Amino acid sequence: MSWRFLRDLLSGANKYSTGIGRIWVAVVFIFRLLVYIAAAENIWKYEHDEFECNIKQPGCENVCFDHFFPISHIRLWALQLIMVSAPSLLVVFHVAYRENRGTHHNRKLYKRPGELDGGLLCTYLISLILKTGFEIVFLVLFYKLYNGFKVPRLVKCDISPCPNTVDCYISKPTEKMIFLYFLVATSCLCIVLNLSELSYLIFKYSIKCYLKRYIKKRQ
Amino acid sequence: MDWGALHTILGGVNKHSTSIGKIWLTVLFIFRIMILVVAAERVWGDEQDDFICNTLQPGCKNVCYDHFFPISHIRLWALQLIFVSTPALLVAMHVAYRRHEKKRQFRKGDQKCEYKDIEEIRKQRFRIEGSLWWTYTSSIFFRLVFEAVFMYAFYFMYDGFRMPRLMKCNAWPCPNTVDCFVSRPTEKTVFTIFMIAVSSICILLNVAELCYLLTKFFLRRSKKAGNPKHHPNHENKEETKQNEMNELISDSCQNTVIGFSG
Repeated sequence: MSWRFLRDLLSGANKYSTGIGRIWVAVVFIFRLLVYIAAAENIWKYEHDEFECNIKQPGCENVCFDHFFPISHIRLWALQLIMVSAPSLLVVFHVAYRENRGTHHNRKLYKRPGELDGGLLCTYLISLILKTGFEIVFLVLFYKLYNGFKVPRLVKCDISPCPNTVDCYISKPTEKMIFLYFLVATSCLCIVLNLSELSYLIFKYSIKCYLKRYIKKRQ
Repeated sequence: MDWGALHTILGGVNKHSTSIGKIWLTVLFIFRIMILVVAAERVWGDEQDDFICNTLQPGCKNVCYDHFFPISHIRLWALQLIFVSTPALLVAMHVAYRRHEKKRQFRKGDQKCEYKDIEEIRKQRFRIEGSLWWTYTSSIFFRLVFEAVFMYAFYFMYDGFRMPRLMKCNAWPCPNTVDCFVSRPTEKTVFTIFMIAVSSICILLNVAELCYLLTKFFLRRSKKAGNPKHHPNHENKEETKQNEMNELISDSCQNTVIGFSG
């Protein structure tokens, strides 16, 4: 099990996406997943080893690291990627369920792949809302856990067994900050894409509904 | 998702590129991505562990490393490669969109569409004309911009392309100006110069491709402008008839597109 699974999942959902949905998938693949694997992972690789406190007291460094990083940036980033991609499973399951029913009744339910209708449209809209929700939740979590998106060079720690307030130094703070800002920028871009897709779909299908009713009335 | 997946995505674009575009893609994958993954990452692998400062003061090494390397060379190159490869996706998306349109027509049973089966549509190679020309040219332009921006950022951040052996640091909490020694400075300088050289080659290839496309565009326009003035002979009449038919087909295809998207 690796990121390839996520990639396959998103590629499968891509077939039933709108144009904006496909752009979203491309942004997630290239600017989030690829950047995570090719660059970001290595920055946080030795974060605990390289976290240094100005003290010889055993245990002080461990306790301070744990206090300032309850969950590491990189793990939160990975969780965010997984949670944000998961709602696409709803669409995949829905299509699989309908096609399974279709083979039972010996007919094709989706004549044209890529056409969103009725139940699939509802599922798709729900998945968009969930994706946007997860993005916002994780951004808020990042902001609250780390007091903004800055990574300081120095943190002061006075938790037992540290004998007094000690200076602790975080490794590569500037590089981590640059990549955090990159993460926030791509998250915001994905939120904007999801919201535009949501508005576009709601607008398109309400016009369609309205026109259908109007034509019926006239008849 | 890794560099291999990027290779698969961009490999698809290769079919619709010019010859210079294909050379650019080869240079990108062999001399940049492969070198990055196979060699450069190892050289920079122990960069912070082996960055040694002449002090026992805890925290001084971390602070000095952060001061001199706000973002590591290797990460900057990875970002540069990702950004430089991304414009090719615009072309991939445009081609996919066109294919999708043709498949739709084929399914509708439109007799004006000239394909016998879906496999033929899938395998078809589109010529770089019309709107695809604009997409392709914009993608080359963006590539150039990204390459230039990253090269400048590199030069600006590291004061040139040399990696010094020794850096003098007096950031707090270092008690005074301490000597800090970079690990493998010569090897890093060699790889830096290599990557810069290959970036420059890629820039030149992109500029050449841009000139080639512009020249082709202007030549085609002057041919079109020059055509009506020609004395009509038998072969030209056939060509003009074929051109008219092609225009009719593309117009009807475009109307179908507008109908779909409207």
